[in-house]
Amino acid sequence: MLKHRVIPCLLLRNGGLVKTCKFGNPKYVGDPINAIRIFNEKEVDELMVVDILASKEGREPNYALIEQFAGECFMPLCYGGGIRSVEQAQQLFALGVEKVCLQTAALEELALVTQIAERFGSQAVLVCADIKKDWLGRRQLYAAARGKTVSRPWRTFLEECVAAGAGELVVNSVDRDGTMAGMDIELIREAAAALPVPLIALGGCGSLADIKAAVAAGASAVAAGAFFVFHGPHRAVLITYPRYQELETLLSAT
Amino acid sequence: MNGTIAIPGIPCGNFASVLRMIQKCGGDARIVSSPDGLARYQKVIIAGVGAFDYGMASLRHGGWTDVLGDLALQRKVPVLGICLGMQLMCSASEEGGLPGLGWVDAEVRRLSPEPGSGLKVPHMGWNTVRVLRPNPLLDADDGEQRFYFVHSYYVACRRDGDVLATAQHGKDFAAAFNRDNIYGVQFHPEKSHRFGMALLRNFVNL
Repeated sequence: MLKHRVIPCLLLRNGGLVKTCKFGNPKYVGDPINAIRIFNEKEVDELMVVDILASKEGREPNYALIEQFAGECFMPLCYGGGIRSVEQAQQLFALGVEKVCLQTAALEELALVTQIAERFGSQAVLVCADIKKDWLGRRQLYAAARGKTVSRPWRTFLEECVAAGAGELVVNSVDRDGTMAGMDIELIREAAAALPVPLIALGGCGSLADIKAAVAAGASAVAAGAFFVFHGPHRAVLITYPRYQELETLLSAT
Repeated sequence: MNGTIAIPGIPCGNFASVLRMIQKCGGDARIVSSPDGLARYQKVIIAGVGAFDYGMASLRHGGWTDVLGDLALQRKVPVLGICLGMQLMCSASEEGGLPGLGWVDAEVRRLSPEPGSGLKVPHMGWNTVRVLRPNPLLDADDGEQRFYFVHSYYVACRRDGDVLATAQHGKDFAAAFNRDNIYGVQFHPEKSHRFGMALLRNFVNL
């Protein structure tokens, strides 16, 4: 049977790894190569690396660094950040990246999703929707590179992404980012039911129980940052990943 | 060390990960850019992702089909197809109109899990395989083996004996097949940690 994936999501900022809280306060958590090497040894299901400044600063992906990441990954690697053209995506695939994750470019224009899907297959292109609650508690699509919410309904946007060729979707709760306070289960349930492609839930995961809850709500995969890089009440940096048997036991009943 | 592995450099391939994993296994693999260079190799991996017709068209227009057929069927060198590479070895695919290489009596069909099963297509992620018979690539008594899959179409073998291992997504399908010197795997051994490494090491040592 197909297993639910549990995916460390690492944030890259000026070549170092950071972890944010609600998309702010980036805290340095270490050298990315070292972290990726540890995650590879722990046999993680998949790895996601997102350069959180690339789009904001209008930069291209840091190919030299990403190539080193790919060299350490004997599991699928997904990269996001600063991708604006098919040529850039192609360059990333040639380095050994399996999937590219679009966000800023997809919010502006879905043509790039289609172009990448047509050339490299739907499985190679993900779209990440950051979702932030407004003061009335309504979930709004959020454009992180501009720091603004977008008026388009998030569900419509994600449905358009699937129609455009996205093979997977990431739904990220901005308000829960880095809090480890639990995931937005209602959002995950609604998104998973509405969308025909695998859904990766992100934002707020702080325990194995959170992973289980997200899977029970329909997520095909659960991604987390803080949960895999922080340890204990003082958030000391420690890279961890559940043992395979632990995940098997946790998710077998769902 | 039993010879360098040739990987036909067709445009639908993503070879960096395969090359790295082979190297990690102690083997040597090269991307061969033209079919002329292929004949001197003792082993071949056909790796690729994407649509069936695009893959077949890439093999045909690049002039690969005859020399690959000669290696696989006449000289009988070990050949491994990965993902689309496995599917291209079959006779035909529901995904496209072009005939396949036809080395293995099988056709490629669309995955279509029952509505309401909650199963999604593509079948993407880690799945366990059941090894059906002893073979040089997959150890039958190695406990649970899991591999990374990404595909929307699956291989249906016409001869049960060709199926090496099955995986399940709605129903059982051929996760790996083998006929004589020809092997195919639907999953990505190059992205499947020690499980994939063991398989590729076995292929390197064939």
